Amino acid sequence: MSHILACTDGSSYAPSIYQHSAWAATRMGLGVSVLHVIDPHRELAPGTNLTGMIGFDASLELTEELVKLEEARARVAKLKGNAILEDAVKQLEAAGIAPVETLHRHGSLVETLGELEPDADLVVIGKRGEDSGLAKAHLGRELERVIRTSVRPVLVAAREFKPVSQFLIAYDGGPSILKAIDFIIANPLLAELECHLLRSGKVDDKALRDLEETATRLREAGFEVACTAVPGSVEEVIASAVEEHRIDLLVMGAYGHSPIRQFILGSTTTTMVRTCHIPVLMFR
Amino acid sequence: MLPKNLYQEWFANSRSDLLAGLVVALALIPEAIAFSIIAGVDPKVGLYASFCIAVVTAFFGGRPGMISAATGAMALLMVTLVRDHGLQYLLVATLLTGVIQIAAGLARVADVMRFVSKSVMTGFVNALAILIFMAQLPEFKGAGFTMYAMVAGALAIIYLLPRLTRAVPSPLVAIIVMTILALLFKLDVRRVGDLGEIPDSLPIFLWPQVEWSLATLWIVLPYSLGLAAVGLLESWMTAQIVDEMTDTPSDKNRESRGQGLANIVAGLFGGMAGCAMIGQSVINVKSGGRGRLSTLVAGVFLLIMIVLLSPWVKQIPMPALVAVMIMVSIGTFSWASFKNMRLHPKSSSIVMLATTITVIFTHNLAIGVGVGVLLSALFFARKVSQVLQVTGIRAGECRTYTVSGQLFFASSEAFVNEFDFKEVLSKVVIDVSHAHFWDLTAVSCLDKVVLKFRREGAEVEILGLNEASATLVDRLAMHDKPGALKRLLSH
Repeated sequence: MSHILACTDGSSYAPSIYQHSAWAATRMGLGVSVLHVIDPHRELAPGTNLTGMIGFDASLELTEELVKLEEARARVAKLKGNAILEDAVKQLEAAGIAPVETLHRHGSLVETLGELEPDADLVVIGKRGEDSGLAKAHLGRELERVIRTSVRPVLVAAREFKPVSQFLIAYDGGPSILKAIDFIIANPLLAELECHLLRSGKVDDKALRDLEETATRLREAGFEVACTAVPGSVEEVIASAVEEHRIDLLVMGAYGHSPIRQFILGSTTTTMVRTCHIPVLMFR
Repeated sequence: MLPKNLYQEWFANSRSDLLAGLVVALALIPEAIAFSIIAGVDPKVGLYASFCIAVVTAFFGGRPGMISAATGAMALLMVTLVRDHGLQYLLVATLLTGVIQIAAGLARVADVMRFVSKSVMTGFVNALAILIFMAQLPEFKGAGFTMYAMVAGALAIIYLLPRLTRAVPSPLVAIIVMTILALLFKLDVRRVGDLGEIPDSLPIFLWPQVEWSLATLWIVLPYSLGLAAVGLLESWMTAQIVDEMTDTPSDKNRESRGQGLANIVAGLFGGMAGCAMIGQSVINVKSGGRGRLSTLVAGVFLLIMIVLLSPWVKQIPMPALVAVMIMVSIGTFSWASFKNMRLHPKSSSIVMLATTITVIFTHNLAIGVGVGVLLSALFFARKVSQVLQVTGIRAGECRTYTVSGQLFFASSEAFVNEFDFKEVLSKVVIDVSHAHFWDLTAVSCLDKVVLKFRREGAEVEILGLNEASATLVDRLAMHDKPGALKRLLSH
């Protein structure tokens, strides 16, 4: 069944995630499934006991102690999750979306999405999550991993939802962005909106020809395309174009480089998601 | 950014891992020293081994958060090799052990763990605890009152201090207090320094000094096979225990390869073979260790402490270490198994006791597990053999026997006895379409029944033999296919 998968953790981004999902669902004519995961964080110790002492039936006793701790935590998380999902359904139904379904799962977000994503047409997630409320300059911890492993387009919701009338495609000629162009042409999500096609970085003849071909493809599909090529640093060019043209949505290919290169040089994708205060539609 | 799994396994829990690693390192020192003595080598050999094994398994093991080092179970197997041939041969045996374990890992031998039942596990754990405890007994031989008093004092500190504070490891406090007491009052007890060489430098790469010949291979091979088997079994069981405690999965075949590599490295740096340790792994999890970092820190900190503090380590009185090992032994033992003996079926208690007793007499955990697995298989066969029913309905001169249940070597005799050959009949129908023939014994028993009836002059007809003997076809692959179970149970 095709639907939009909205991932929520009840953080301050939640209302915006529902609005973005509702917008996409209305345009694509689909229902929304709201996903909330309870991550038990088994890789983390729930407490430390530095006595270094083990008594009678140590492993049995320790297992029971850990089960008790985790049980209490899981119960609270479950109640909270139920409340979050109830609220999500209320908001989405108020926005006129039907059907709205809820998915409440144990596990990490990435792992759960891996299982659920194949059924979805679009994944919606917030720029930041619950864990990173304080570190404002940083991205949601899970966000990058979700985008890296995702096989579906991911709509990264901004803090506030604004109706989308203009979108900008950060065109780099790579396979991810070509996937994005195919999606835009075939899918009603962005149909009839104003399209800006922007190429930056190294701009040579070949790049310009390529850009023009893509613009033609989009025009044939009925888009009104403003096509520009601006040499320079990709991050800066895109950021200033977004400002200048009052773009409401950025479309880009995600994480073209290997994790190692990114570890050293940083990632354009991460910078763009962080610095632009608009939603980003990502393709892998 | 590192791939998710690597990050999670190494750094997600780094603060707790660091602290837990420190606590575990303290518990590793007595074990490494005590079991070097058992094996008949310098404490140096056990300490270097513990360092190498902990560090290598941190990177290559299949169970994050599990602690591996020089262990008692392994040391007990080396005694005669060291006595008869010396340390260099032990190093070669350690290398060969590693090679065998890597081969076992590549052959995915860990999958046989599913044949090791809960009772065998319990028996194994108890045997291990008893072995650790018995290894401490020689220290008491001929010892005076001071020795007993110091062990009692150290145990009191270990068990009672946690009631006051949970911030310091009580075994460390016990060791420090006993060392100070021994130095202050010049107590007449054995010190660690009396036992042999304590390292004051990092281990160096050493190629074992032996004649590399077939004769050497034949000497070490039996030892290496035993060491490899015991090392793998203890590591898998410890991994299973850690899996259960933390509710996370482990890769046991990767663990086999990691243990193998660790032993090869240990052998090349002058260390003895080792494996995973249940007691220390429990301490690690209890102290909050979950990731690979905890194992690495335990190994590295162990060596730093030994090398930097070697003049002080030499002064540690043996009673303090004995007390720590008694704690590990008590913590490893499954005390609930006493209570469970009354509640559990007799057969599982027998399996558990047989495993424990065999180990205590042979000093070889692999033999104990072998006996336990064999016994549980026999008990299982006996139980399943009771799932057999033969009913006969007579119509005139003809009797129809309907057989349902499991037919194999253990149930065939009972099967034959179900038929009444004395009855005078002209026709016998045996309907086996609700039975399963698992082996040739079952088939030949059916033959026997048919022949017996024919000798009595009855005509015999068998129904549904094709379905019943479907299980006989020994193509295990068939059972893996979807619907196999349904096909088996459908008739």
